[in-house]
Amino acid sequence: MHPILKLVAQRIALGILLLFAASALIFVGTEILPGDVAQSILGQTATPEALANLREDLGLNESAFSRYFNWLGGVLQGDLGNALSNNKNIAEAMGKRLGNTLFLAGWAALFSVPLAVTLGLVAVRYKNRWPDKMISGVTLATISLPEFFIGYLLIYFVSVKLRWFPSVAIINDSMSVLEKLNAIALPIAVLTMVVLAHMMRMTRAAILNVMQSPYIETAELKGLTPFNVIRKHAFPNAIAPIVNVVMINLAYLVVGIVIVEVIFVYPGMGQYLVDHVAKRDVPVVQACALVFAAVYIGLNIVADIVSIISNPRLRHPK
Amino acid sequence: MNKELKYLAGRAVSGKLDRRAFMGRAAALGASAAMANTLLATSALAQGPIKGGLLKSGLSGGESTNSLDPATFATQVPTNFGNTWGEGLVEMNPAGEVVNRLAESIEASDDAKVWHFKIRQGVEFHNGKTLTPDDVKATLERHSGEDTKSGALGIMRGIESIEASGDTVSITLTTPNADLPYLMTDYHLMIQPNGGVDAPDAGIGTGAYVVEVNEPGVRHGGQKFANYWDDGRGHADQVEIIVLNDATARTAAIQGGQVHMINRVEPKIADLLKRVPGLEVKSVSGRGHYVFIMHTDTAPFDNKDLRLALKYAIDREEMVDKILRGYGSVGNDMPINSAYPLFSDDIEQRTYDPDLARFHYERSGHEGPVLLRTAGAAFSGAVDAAQLYQQSAAAAGIELDVRREPDDGYWSEVWNNKPFCASYWGGRPVQDQMYSVAYLSTADWNDTRFNDSHFDELLLSARGELDQVKRKAIYREMGTIVRDDGGLILPMFNDFIGAVSDTVGGYVNDPNGELMNGFALSKTWLA
Repeated sequence: MHPILKLVAQRIALGILLLFAASALIFVGTEILPGDVAQSILGQTATPEALANLREDLGLNESAFSRYFNWLGGVLQGDLGNALSNNKNIAEAMGKRLGNTLFLAGWAALFSVPLAVTLGLVAVRYKNRWPDKMISGVTLATISLPEFFIGYLLIYFVSVKLRWFPSVAIINDSMSVLEKLNAIALPIAVLTMVVLAHMMRMTRAAILNVMQSPYIETAELKGLTPFNVIRKHAFPNAIAPIVNVVMINLAYLVVGIVIVEVIFVYPGMGQYLVDHVAKRDVPVVQACALVFAAVYIGLNIVADIVSIISNPRLRHPK
Repeated sequence: MNKELKYLAGRAVSGKLDRRAFMGRAAALGASAAMANTLLATSALAQGPIKGGLLKSGLSGGESTNSLDPATFATQVPTNFGNTWGEGLVEMNPAGEVVNRLAESIEASDDAKVWHFKIRQGVEFHNGKTLTPDDVKATLERHSGEDTKSGALGIMRGIESIEASGDTVSITLTTPNADLPYLMTDYHLMIQPNGGVDAPDAGIGTGAYVVEVNEPGVRHGGQKFANYWDDGRGHADQVEIIVLNDATARTAAIQGGQVHMINRVEPKIADLLKRVPGLEVKSVSGRGHYVFIMHTDTAPFDNKDLRLALKYAIDREEMVDKILRGYGSVGNDMPINSAYPLFSDDIEQRTYDPDLARFHYERSGHEGPVLLRTAGAAFSGAVDAAQLYQQSAAAAGIELDVRREPDDGYWSEVWNNKPFCASYWGGRPVQDQMYSVAYLSTADWNDTRFNDSHFDELLLSARGELDQVKRKAIYREMGTIVRDDGGLILPMFNDFIGAVSDTVGGYVNDPNGELMNGFALSKTWLA
């Protein structure tokens, strides 16, 4: 077997193992939370009889152990089960939310990744001159401000005062792509500002590191323009660390944007998860956690593979 | 000039002329701004409801775990949406009276033990089925069966049997209850085809709007039901509820014009919101109240002197001032205020009295700090309120130890569980119901562990008492007992504060609950 295929297979197997471990951890976590599903569902106004009836219905009288394995068995057969709180099919309800989250994350990535890499390249080209300092200054400022603060600033000026874009980023199937983009313009702007600096600085650092190498000097000596030196010789060699950072940020865009979702009332996974944690709806929390873990592990595997492929020494082992 | 102004006002109200243009032309005709505004308002009133359009509200209190099954309604969004697609037999009007909806008339036997509800004819469900008394019977039975999960079970328990015959549903009670029609206004009791037994969460009712969008925790939408029976409701073509749990998102949405009304305006921003043009802040005092509750059966709170000491040690005026910013009124350690029918206003108001508090505290013989638990979830400002309480109690020599508990799990771990904590009550339509759910010794949510046999007897005797003067006297005595002996410290009744865009017509303040008791979407229109 080709060593790369073997490496990839190993990574994927390890990822699956990690997923199992993550699901067990999350289950333990939800078990030790105070409170009880039935009480959380029925709220302050629940009567003792109603509570007892609901507990019986939900199978809460079984042991935690058997509940966990029942659920795991279902998942392995592709059945995520029904939510305890409203009896809706989890796969269906979560699928929609996941779609929304990926839609927002996708567009945010589409704007932020090329922008970050380009800004990084520009910063290297004008190293230690005013464009470099300005790019670093602005992106570091936006990453330093908490995202809810940027969000509220944008809502106040762009949405309430200028009325350019809505502050409520609710999208649905009957909207055209342009209408959807209009609705999520502000969240995209906030997310871009939050992830920009990390990727931009990494691009800059990685390329500057490569720029110290002798072959860059050779490229300069043979008369290439500075930008071509970066594009043709420095960037391909700096790609591994950049991809790593890009993937971490993409994972953040999928699993870490609860606050942005809450501020802009975006119907994504984060809000969905928070609602169900509050209701102690363990199957949904498990399913969400599993998806989040899968996204994280998946993107990291991609990053690994890209860095392997981009490195000739790993690609052509002796 | 007068004629011309009226013509312009009519055009402005029907939307042919925008408001600003109207004000401009009115000024040109020599009318003052105030006069023009009044004219516009009277024209709007004279014009009557305007049909059509999409009416939107942005509400706090919706989760992705919500269901359309009325038995599970607990928060504002499902309740408000339920009022657009469903209807009960009766409802409360702003004056606090019961008015008929799907019931056409109500009669009681002389001893208030058997009640007959005549059901309205010619009402159609959204699935085309005609409403029959059997549907009503099945609905009531679904909410009162012993295996139900319904939030209405507590009030349905006194029912012995339900019969449907002809066009009437008859309810026989185990003990007389003169307030039964009030109990039937409960928002869980939406009449569903065959009681919703087959499909409880189908969202099929007799309401003005047919459920079209149901994305729990995100948005809900309804389309006007073509065969709706009542012309006085359902003016907009479509209604929509957007779930906006974040207070800032809610305020931004109404300022940005994305919704026409919001609920739960925080007292601290209500005054700021008043200055925003095109908006009106609607505040109405109701029956909801914020409380500190002590378990009267648990030491040290089983000592009446200590309870009295703690009651005298709270500064109610300061609470209303600083926690509610004036949007509320002081309480008197009983869960009843003037918003209730048969309220006696001659019960002496308890005030902050450090000397009396000290006197009772010393007599109780208690030593050391008293632990008070609070959390942001208990009520808006509960942590600050506990700290104010700590200060005012310290002035009386009582040491309060304030512990902040996590919001998560507060209602299952702390409330109704720990002996002294902060909480809130939404209030009930009538005194009997309020006392029955929380102060009767056998009540489900007796969160003060109040146990007074004389009080229980009074409550039961009031239910069967049809003479209103005697009933009022009984309730007065009960209120006094809770005030003096109970474990309830009730510093304030909170107002419901909402914000409504001035493009909305027909909005009336309703003390029964926020946003016209949850009926704003089907009762108002877009002017």
